[in-house]
Amino acid sequence: MNWLDILAQGILLGGLYTLFAAGLSLVFGIMRLVNLAHGDFIVAGAFAILVLVESFALNLFLAAIIAAPAMFALGWVLQRVVFNRVLGKDILPPLLVTFGLSVAIQNGMLEIFSADSRRISGGGVESASIDFGIVTLGWLPLLTFISAVAAIYALNIIFYRTALGRAFRATSDDSVTVGLMGINPHGIFAIATGLAMVVVTIAALFLGMRANFDPSIGPERLLYAFEAVIIGGLGSIWGTLAGGILIGVAQTFGAALNPEWQILAGHLVFLVVLMIRPSGLFPRAGDRGGR
Amino acid sequence: MRVATRTPAGIATGIIALVLLLVGLALPAFASRSLIQDLFFILTMLALAQLWNLLAGYGGLVSVGQQAFVGIGAYFMFACVILFGMDPLLALVVGGFGALVLSIPMAFVAFRLHGAYFAIGTWVIAEVMRLVFAQWKVLGGGTGTSLPREATSKIMGVDLIRSLFGGSPAAARDVLAYWVALLLAALVIGGIYALLRSRLGLALSAVRDNTEAAGSVGVDARRIKWFVYLFVAFGTGIVGALVFLQTARISPNAAFAVTDWTAYVVFIVVIGGIGAIEGPILGVLVFFALQNLLSNYGSWYLMTLGLIAIVVMLFSPKGLWGIVSEQTGISFFPTRRKVFARGVASSDTSSLS
Amino acid sequence: MLQTQKLFASYGQFKALFGIDFSVAPGETVAIIGANGAGKSTLLRSVTGVIRNAPDMVVHKGDPIGALSSHQIMRRGIAMVPEGRRLFPSLTVEENLQIGGQASTGIGSWGLESVYDLFPVLKEKRKSPSTSLSGGQQQMVAVGRALMSNPSLLLCDEISLGLAPVVINDIYAAIPKIKQSGAAIVVVEQDITRALAVADRVYCLMEGRVTLTGRPSDMSRDAIHAAYFGNET
Repeated sequence: MNWLDILAQGILLGGLYTLFAAGLSLVFGIMRLVNLAHGDFIVAGAFAILVLVESFALNLFLAAIIAAPAMFALGWVLQRVVFNRVLGKDILPPLLVTFGLSVAIQNGMLEIFSADSRRISGGGVESASIDFGIVTLGWLPLLTFISAVAAIYALNIIFYRTALGRAFRATSDDSVTVGLMGINPHGIFAIATGLAMVVVTIAALFLGMRANFDPSIGPERLLYAFEAVIIGGLGSIWGTLAGGILIGVAQTFGAALNPEWQILAGHLVFLVVLMIRPSGLFPRAGDRGGR
Repeated sequence: MRVATRTPAGIATGIIALVLLLVGLALPAFASRSLIQDLFFILTMLALAQLWNLLAGYGGLVSVGQQAFVGIGAYFMFACVILFGMDPLLALVVGGFGALVLSIPMAFVAFRLHGAYFAIGTWVIAEVMRLVFAQWKVLGGGTGTSLPREATSKIMGVDLIRSLFGGSPAAARDVLAYWVALLLAALVIGGIYALLRSRLGLALSAVRDNTEAAGSVGVDARRIKWFVYLFVAFGTGIVGALVFLQTARISPNAAFAVTDWTAYVVFIVVIGGIGAIEGPILGVLVFFALQNLLSNYGSWYLMTLGLIAIVVMLFSPKGLWGIVSEQTGISFFPTRRKVFARGVASSDTSSLS
Repeated sequence: MLQTQKLFASYGQFKALFGIDFSVAPGETVAIIGANGAGKSTLLRSVTGVIRNAPDMVVHKGDPIGALSSHQIMRRGIAMVPEGRRLFPSLTVEENLQIGGQASTGIGSWGLESVYDLFPVLKEKRKSPSTSLSGGQQQMVAVGRALMSNPSLLLCDEISLGLAPVVINDIYAAIPKIKQSGAAIVVVEQDITRALAVADRVYCLMEGRVTLTGRPSDMSRDAIHAAYFGNET
């Protein structure tokens, strides 16, 4: 067994999980919203791209670029109409609303697309690979990882170097006082959810290219995404990358030992990290294990 | 000064409950097999919903991982029957204890988290349980196994039922399962009601409303949360074992399914009304009615369920029962304490419910 | 410019204000004094939309604003230095100042440079996290943050709370300069002397009602004492 190879695969898989997690990190970090439908949105994005590609014979990257603003709008509207009305100190209403949304979306997709597995064809990129001497890396995983790092980098720039990012951070600190600054926290939440959906679209593209997808796989992706966010620590965008990589590496090593242990390995590492550091690896000051 | 919880509606409920119980026990004499099976489903979902309501609605512990205990209870029961030849009815209780025992390390991990982290943590733990039990090759591994025929035909009580009502062994098993479900549902509801009326129940409300303030009057929040979590685990384990006794077949995906044992349960509690014993009762009836109405429409049924949950949460967070109790003020399971000073009741203060 | 008419406010079932009539004219400095729990902060919160009231209870430049949300009110040129300062821990000193001004349409002389002129110590600490500053310095950031939007009305809620007298002097030294830029100022204070020294007019609140109002020079010590504490022995 080539452990270096396994490590490399794990890191690259971590890139995909980071893409799953990045949008969630944004939304969870700013408004503590646990969106249980997040994974289903990724799958829905994959179906949307598939439809665009198959109906209009579009290049898949172009399809993703077209789908992105639509997804932004969807997130924005959802936040303003539904989520803003249930956000508050009680975690149950948002949890239940997004649970309901998750079930509704999964079954909606089931009705429209049936339970068949689909794949977005990347025209050969899926099987291409590059030989780096010590390791051979697949083109698609490499591209996924690079996109993940780019997305994290971009989100970081937005968060720390723009006025919008200032508003994000301030709203996450104190949404009442941010109103006193003339900033409408509900509007900020809506932009955040919209932005998260743009990242979801990117994640959807790579999910669709990498593996077969069907309407039911959302919840499992949600779990990986949340694990990455929680391991990374609330409010840390680079932390989400670290979390994603950790889960990816754990899963790949688990699979190398025994294919049936892949997912279990990821969950166990998550629980271990949580036991040792309930606030995650790089938490913002003031967050103690979700308190 | 006297503190009391009895109300006229509450006394009426007690009488009605007793009557319903007696009718329920006698039902197999004249009901069809499919009605018995439907009632079994309703009663087991009701029990699970009441337990989840205790945990989340009263205890403030929002878990989306209770399917872990359904699966653990069921698997322990199957293990006792298949590996040790135990009578399945006894094995039910072992299933409950198995869930209780495993809930201890699970609580240890989960209680390090709060709020949303706790919810996700319980889900992950349930997934870990599913994946671990899928490794248990003796009980069928990933594909699962069935209860052996010798065991299912010789459950204690089956012969008695056949002599009373006739019918095949399978039908008799359904009746037996139904009776046990009736008993369990009554015990669960009665037990929860007794708990809430006790001092422990008052402490639970205090902890849910304001943990720090509760601590300042000597209420140990940690101990209460542990107690409730373990109690609910035990109950959920027994009910889970019973469900899979009736189907006589188990697999990890079925036993640890988040949809059947958490999503449906949560919907029942939310739509019916969280934080009130009456809520899940109303919820399970609505749920069952919806399932029958829409059963031919496959995924539309689940979609509708999801959309209804969203609408209820947006417009009536206390569910359908919340609407009823706000309009009428009725409480069939009164837990509010009224303070009587010189024979005159104080006005209700909502924080004492 | 701004007035309240028969303002009633409550926190859930707890009633805090009982029919307050209050006004501020452009460029004026008004002080609100009163003991703890008298309703001073509640009054400011009602004006700034943190607490919502009936629309007519708060009127600004002729428009009823009582039911507006705080971000809408802020954009009308009303800024608050909140009780307890409430800086944003995730932001640096400079970012806290910047966020004070980023949503406003007000034109005026206040910007980063002029705020740093007012409170020079902040310039050295501009890149530090706001939580690393002393209490007095944090109060300066809070005041500067409110100024960044060039408000026509500045509300200061207990800016001396928890600070040493020397530090309070530094903060109050800024008030005249703020006055010069033309803003009206409302100061909520428990320290009567300081309030009277800086104000054109004074309101005294007790248990949610106005017990005394007028110019500082027209008020006797005894009258203030009675209005502040009530007639207990």
